[in-house]
Amino acid sequence: MTHLLYGIFIDPFVQMGTAPDLLVQTLWEGLASGVLYSLIALGFVLIFKASGVFNFAQGIMVVFSALTLVGLNEHGVPAYLALALTIVVMLVLAIAVERVILRPLVNQPDIILFMATFGLTYFLIGLGELIFGGDPKIMISDQLRLPSGSYRIPVFGGYVQMQKIDIAATIIALLMVATLAVLFNRTRIGRALRAVADSHKAALSVGISLEQIWVIVWFAAGVVALATGIMWGARSNVSFALEIIALKALPVLILGGFTSIPGAIIGGIIIGVGEKFGEFYWGPLLGSGIESWLAYVIALVFLLFRPQGLFGERIIERL
Amino acid sequence: MGRTVGGPILEVEGISLSFGGVVALQAVSFDVREHEIRAIIGPNGAGKSSLLNVINGFYHPQQGSVSFKGAKRRNVDPHEAALQGIARTFQNIALFRGMTALDNLMTGRALKMKSGFVQQAIYWGAARREELEHRARVEEIIDFLEIQHIRRTPVGRLPYGLQKRVELGRALAMEPELLLLDEPMAGMNVEEKQDMCRFILEVNDQLGTTIVLIEHDMSVVMDLSDRVAVLDYGRKIADGTPGEVRDDQAVVDAYLGVAH
Repeated sequence: MTHLLYGIFIDPFVQMGTAPDLLVQTLWEGLASGVLYSLIALGFVLIFKASGVFNFAQGIMVVFSALTLVGLNEHGVPAYLALALTIVVMLVLAIAVERVILRPLVNQPDIILFMATFGLTYFLIGLGELIFGGDPKIMISDQLRLPSGSYRIPVFGGYVQMQKIDIAATIIALLMVATLAVLFNRTRIGRALRAVADSHKAALSVGISLEQIWVIVWFAAGVVALATGIMWGARSNVSFALEIIALKALPVLILGGFTSIPGAIIGGIIIGVGEKFGEFYWGPLLGSGIESWLAYVIALVFLLFRPQGLFGERIIERL
Repeated sequence: MGRTVGGPILEVEGISLSFGGVVALQAVSFDVREHEIRAIIGPNGAGKSSLLNVINGFYHPQQGSVSFKGAKRRNVDPHEAALQGIARTFQNIALFRGMTALDNLMTGRALKMKSGFVQQAIYWGAARREELEHRARVEEIIDFLEIQHIRRTPVGRLPYGLQKRVELGRALAMEPELLLLDEPMAGMNVEEKQDMCRFILEVNDQLGTTIVLIEHDMSVVMDLSDRVAVLDYGRKIADGTPGEVRDDQAVVDAYLGVAH
């Protein structure tokens, strides 16, 4: 018993104190994977904020965009042209989703739209396998001139290993968030997006076109998905298994709040860092494997005490 | 008054609208002249709101036509009606509840802002200039409606009377030629009603905005409007100056009931 308590409450902190370089290394690794969780959550938040639809297909959009990029390159299209073409494909996808799914289902209950995104998920899986095959592909990191290799930085007498690709992913994520935050809060299009999220009727009456707004958010979510796909693909490889990581976005969203862009980022980082810490310091107690479920436990605790998330809009019902 | 009533700006001819078996409007014709205040009255369920919804494109009538500024149009969408210069408020307030009063009014400027998506995304150059210009215009409306103190308050938290005022502000921010007000004074106390009346008269007088309003308070209707149309069970039963309508036997019957 005392042994167990020691293992939970004392030993991990002793380790952190005695090997600060490992602490920093764990922190950095958590941050790097947290940033990727954040990017996926960001795609969810965009669509949820503007249309109230929980887009289950965000995960497959990540895979589909990455597959398109690599697939085009395999067929001899130069890397940067393939990147541009993939962005066009995401635009076409956004237009198609608006025409085929959202427009006919306008004013239907949210659950119907949610189910429709399930349908979209399986459609995209099928289409992806049909065109590109089911085998994992290698991300074209070199052709895209993504940095590879790592820095070894001396810290506290030890070394911290930082992958250059992780640093790049962090910078890209920060840029995207800054752009989206300004877009949402300071501009006409941002206000129109929030207006549509708030009331379709009122938005129409001031002359906002729902169709146009929906295409814009789905396209933005598609571009975010592409960035996520490239970064994840560069760390592992591009396969349909990536779709599973989309489920990691759920705890991130519960932490950050479904409507908050900064929340998605902070939530992602908390989950990423929490997972790595849990795995490294407390994992051995339980025979490891903590990483795959810790995020959901953190989310559960949050649901109990702060259901609107860290930054979500507080839900106040007037009786 | 400084305004002069001109020719017809809106002509509704022979509109019929039904939902399945329920008839909302039957062969209703109705016109609105430039710069006038036109009231629509009638008992509950008479089709007043349906008529506004037809004018602003939320409902598409099965028969009849609507001409605005001389151009006949069929089945416009609400955002097209907004582009043509028609703004409105709703019976049960439709504001963007999570946004501040200021942002709600700025949303009304959406159609007047022209800068592109990319410029907006990086909030640069024309986008930034435009934002400031429109902000100045919105501040004038805020001063006019005397809502300076609630500028930064999310409208969901405001009392009912102020929400109605913000909604009017959002419609005014569109600088409409035709303003449709669906029960602008419903649920207000006497003072709030007086304020709202004053705003409506000033908008009409100073900006020359043509106004169509639905209202249940007869004293308000009689004081404000130039002409009144009366609907009952989806048909127009009377049309004329407040004085003429008040003395019309069909109107009295519709309101008080009639022995059969």
